[in-house]
Amino acid sequence: MKYQKRKKALLLLEDGTIFFGKAVGEREGTSFGEVCFNTGMTGYQEIFTDPSYYGQLMVTTNAHIGNYGTHKDEIESDSIKIAGLICKNFSYNYSRPSADKSLLDFLNDNDLLAISDVDTRALVSYIRDNGAMNAVISTRVDEIDALKEELKAVPSMEGLELASKVSTKEPYFVGKEDAQYKIAALDIGIKKNILRNLEKRGALIKVFPYNTSKEEMAAWNPDGYFISNGPGDPEPLKDAIQTTKDILKTDKPLFGICLGHQVLALANGVSTYKMHHGHRGINHPILNLITGKGEITSQNHGFAVNREETEAHEELEVTHTHLNDGTVAGLKMKNKDVFSVQYHPEASPGPHDADYLFDQFFDAIKASAN
Amino acid sequence: MPKRKDLKSILIIGSGPIIIGQACEFDYSGSQALRSLREDGIETILINSNPATIMTDPSMADHVYLKPLNTKSIVEILKKHPNIDAVLPTMGGQTALNLCIEADEKGIWEDFNVEIIGVDIDAINITEDREKFRELMLKIGVGMAPQATATSFLKGKEIAQEFGFPLVIRASFTLGGAGASIVYEPEKFDGLLSHGLEVSPIHEVMIDKAMMGWKEYELELLRDKNDNVVIICTIENMDPMGIHTGDSITVAPAMTLSDRTFQKMRDMAIKMMRSIGDFAGGCNVQFAVSPDEEEEIIAIEINPRVSRSSALASKATGYPIAKIAAKLAIGYTLDELDNQITKSTSALFEPTLDYVIVKIPRWNFDKFEGSDRTLGLQMKSVGEVMGIGRSFQEALHKATQSLEIKRNGLGADGKGYKDYETIIQKLTVPSWDRVFVIYDAIQLGIPLKRIHEITKIDMWFLKQYEELHQLEQEIAQYTIASLPKSLLLEAKQKGFADRQIAHMLDCYESEVHKKRMELNINRVYKLVDTCAAEFTAMTPYYYSTFEEEIQSKDGLRYVANDSEVTNRKKIVVLGSGPNRIGQGIEFDYCCVHGVLAAAECDYETIMINCNPETVSTDFDTADKLYFEPVFWEHIYDIILHEKPEGVIVQLGGQTALKLAEKLDRYGVNIIGTSYQSLDLAEDRGSFSTLLKDNDIPYPRFGTAETADEALDLADELGFPLLVRPSYVLGGQGMKIVINKEDLEQHVVDLLRKIPNNKLLLDHYLDGAIEAEADAICDGEDVYIIGIMEHIEPCGIHSGDSNATLPPFNLGEFVIQQIKDHTKKIALALNTVGLINIQFAIKDDTVYIIEANPRASRTVPFIAKAYGEPYVNYATKVMLGDKKVKDFNFNPKLEGYAIKQPVFSFNKFPNVNKNLGPEMKSTGESILFIDSLKDDEFYNLYSRRKMYLSK
Repeated sequence: MKYQKRKKALLLLEDGTIFFGKAVGEREGTSFGEVCFNTGMTGYQEIFTDPSYYGQLMVTTNAHIGNYGTHKDEIESDSIKIAGLICKNFSYNYSRPSADKSLLDFLNDNDLLAISDVDTRALVSYIRDNGAMNAVISTRVDEIDALKEELKAVPSMEGLELASKVSTKEPYFVGKEDAQYKIAALDIGIKKNILRNLEKRGALIKVFPYNTSKEEMAAWNPDGYFISNGPGDPEPLKDAIQTTKDILKTDKPLFGICLGHQVLALANGVSTYKMHHGHRGINHPILNLITGKGEITSQNHGFAVNREETEAHEELEVTHTHLNDGTVAGLKMKNKDVFSVQYHPEASPGPHDADYLFDQFFDAIKASAN
Repeated sequence: MPKRKDLKSILIIGSGPIIIGQACEFDYSGSQALRSLREDGIETILINSNPATIMTDPSMADHVYLKPLNTKSIVEILKKHPNIDAVLPTMGGQTALNLCIEADEKGIWEDFNVEIIGVDIDAINITEDREKFRELMLKIGVGMAPQATATSFLKGKEIAQEFGFPLVIRASFTLGGAGASIVYEPEKFDGLLSHGLEVSPIHEVMIDKAMMGWKEYELELLRDKNDNVVIICTIENMDPMGIHTGDSITVAPAMTLSDRTFQKMRDMAIKMMRSIGDFAGGCNVQFAVSPDEEEEIIAIEINPRVSRSSALASKATGYPIAKIAAKLAIGYTLDELDNQITKSTSALFEPTLDYVIVKIPRWNFDKFEGSDRTLGLQMKSVGEVMGIGRSFQEALHKATQSLEIKRNGLGADGKGYKDYETIIQKLTVPSWDRVFVIYDAIQLGIPLKRIHEITKIDMWFLKQYEELHQLEQEIAQYTIASLPKSLLLEAKQKGFADRQIAHMLDCYESEVHKKRMELNINRVYKLVDTCAAEFTAMTPYYYSTFEEEIQSKDGLRYVANDSEVTNRKKIVVLGSGPNRIGQGIEFDYCCVHGVLAAAECDYETIMINCNPETVSTDFDTADKLYFEPVFWEHIYDIILHEKPEGVIVQLGGQTALKLAEKLDRYGVNIIGTSYQSLDLAEDRGSFSTLLKDNDIPYPRFGTAETADEALDLADELGFPLLVRPSYVLGGQGMKIVINKEDLEQHVVDLLRKIPNNKLLLDHYLDGAIEAEADAICDGEDVYIIGIMEHIEPCGIHSGDSNATLPPFNLGEFVIQQIKDHTKKIALALNTVGLINIQFAIKDDTVYIIEANPRASRTVPFIAKAYGEPYVNYATKVMLGDKKVKDFNFNPKLEGYAIKQPVFSFNKFPNVNKNLGPEMKSTGESILFIDSLKDDEFYNLYSRRKMYLSK
């Protein structure tokens, strides 16, 4: 092996700021998206394949990325969903006996552009201070003016409906046919590990496309409903919001995660808003207001539910709060088996502290089924 | 819920003298705990026998007891303070826990109605009892290495047959790992099994299947009374199972763990902590992971207390574990507390790193002639360093540059091994230098696969080494003039020192530095903030790195720097680097006091140090902490960045002092005694001229640079001779020789180890009494802070001698000579600050052995014995803020204080335990006695000449 010289590359932010770096591998090109950062120290493959990150340029803050290669079972959807990767040190060499391939091969298989050697710490500080914004990564380091023009054409994440891009086109089943319970899941960007968690607890899950009506879902006669995580702004998801409103009229248990949590709030007339730069990481502290216990959670969201409106709402109760900024991390409907969380109890990546929420959902399903 | 209202007064137990395996990390944790409790208005009572600690400063606790760590002292304290509500035993290592358990067994806590907080005794007992622990793990479904107990030779053989080799044999109920061994070859098993059974008082051994080569990890946990658990840090050992974690090179965050395996480990750790008992505080859990597709995880051990690793984890993440653990012990929950770094987010969270830390242990095998230098199950290192960088490579380089073993990093210094056999042997039998030998192996072209096969070090780490070597080769094709900017930047980002690059390019270090400046490749400083910049943090804890450029929206090009320079006047205090024999916690004590005193004089204080165990590297100590190697390049760059008024070098031991010459040459102001004076004291020729001019006697001496010169000199001086190199501390390489043969051998040996050194030969005053004095001088007045008399005769290193303060049998006439000489020398050397002078007394004449115009090992001891802040005073004198006459000295001591050295010989069973001019003790304790009739003193005094058999 000989020393490898890498090509130059850059990240250009919407406001004109440029971070210089190097291209990962041989790939050349340009990729646009909203720049966001994730502070997790493990789980890059799960992050890159998480549909909630659709259309985003991902900054990983961990000093090294790619150390343990990639593994065919550690994916959250069938392909990479991020629009591009920005990292500090890219590991061309990996070490893990059970891995299938290197991260570079995995990126190449998915035609994903990545840049490395960027001062990611300065970049994260910049996003923290100036908010999430659109950006472009490119190897066209001498065409900054042209890139600026092209970047102007990229729409803002606010008001952007993306669920349709990542949702299944046709319904499909997960789990054993003779499973004890049936759960109808609305896919607005669902992660595989949510399905694994539901299946593991003895459910057959039918996954429906993002624009499915309640009638279609109810026709399958499920024991409970699930609204998934997903990318983008929840507000334009008119169909999903309507479907949720209709589900609420049934007495079936309903559980929502992340985007699904926001959709549940909107279905109750509570508004959502775009956060300054969101929560993305696997170390977020949550306090369960009902038990008084803390949880370390996996999070990935750029929008949040309005807290005042939730608290003022007659039928809603805030059940979980984010300890760093007091945002709504979980809510439930009073007198109904309907609840949701803003974070990711399915983890993958991240800690399993909130695993109990799936048990809680199944307890509700069991109670309602009897 | 708020903290418990019923705890108003708490006793904390310290860890006592420094020994191998228990070093100054417990001064750090104890100091933090005390501060943390006092913040809550709790009365604190501390017991610790180690005077060279910050925690035993009068300002740290409401009542400090410098007493022996035994139950007798505990009872005395409890009688004097009947209001003590609880004892916190988790901050003082195994020593404190053991004392707490002993007191518990004797019913002392119950008698005085004292509650044990922060741990529960049952939890300790379970974790200490391997059988019980194994049963419990089995019950909760946590795997462990196969293990069985043998009470007979036959049973042992059967177990070996079942498990296969390698195996670990541990003799039951023995201390310090006696009778423990790893058995690789079946033919050695019988002998080692018999030995194990023999040394066990109950004729029992435990046999473990050795998980050699399994990957090793450590998790640091905190739990509160609501059973919330957070993982503060995950540490990966680069050296896999088979080397004690204290002797392993460790890395954080874990480098080669997938999220799936890590989360499984996290779940196991939490389950384990919950299973051993119900307590609020810190906990350390160790795991091994199979290096195959299974990624099977087994538990190694759990320690329900603050440990060496938790100090490292605190420095690695910025999360002050001991401080928070103390709050949890008094009833706070994690969600009620703030993250101490951001002050705006919650303490209930798990730190995330955007950098890498590498810890490398520091060994002192050279002090233990004849010791087994192989690393294994028993910890042998005496200290450690930590390097922080934006990549593993940079952190590894910085750690190797911090060790102070005359290496500039990995490779590129012409010091590597080039012989195939030697390299293979050194890879196979790990010792202190394996971290360097891996690089040599790659340089020689030994395949990585082979290196992996031998060392079992994960391929990821080896590939990182390989990349460094590839870069070195690439750079070597250029000259300083032709080297492209991108390549120089990359080399700096990967941690290569200017000196190493100069070696590759065959030019001077200064040329590389100059080129860097021209190309604008400058060090920038990044913050350790627990959150990877997600939140704003104000805590001034920095490390250096090199980054790519950024272009602002206004078109300005810059490199982002987190460390903003203020317009205040600044002082840099150079730390003492890794603990080692001869340079330990005493100097950290001095540095911390230097920082505090400078702050009182309204300076912005800047601390530079690389030892993660210390109080000086607590981000609460100085206004700015640069966690950097005490290595020229790093220091000079900080000075260029901060532009301080000056640098204090006389508090950080020989490490800091050694840099004085270069600082002076580069025009950096040295605070206090000038470089010229420091050099004068060190240069034997000029120093003896000074003594002669002042009519002060000294033993006949001479200097030699070759063995020939030394032999000629011996004729002139006469035997016995004391031979030593210049510019060393702790008597390194110092020896008494009685004939020419010994002399020749020693001189040849010294010049091989320390080339170009000027050796000093003194006529050795046989049978003399040794004494020493420390003083503060402002250039005009001298105040002697203390005179100590050694109980052992001259010839034993002062650090290894028992010493009494004040002297116990020196006459008025002798004391007067000591005082006169001290004053004369301090003034003649133009000392500004501290000075230590050592004397030999024979036939009522006081001879000068040496003078060191810097803080000495005994300053903290004197300060504690007299209850006076001498380092604070000395620093103010150095800074010119005060004169000696401005202070109202008021030493308080009834009777005598005895400084007692403590040794760690039990870690080196085959070593010659003779004491001599080379220091061997690892720590010290203080003992106060009312009069010379005290039994303890009588005991020491009567044994004073038996030192050779100690």
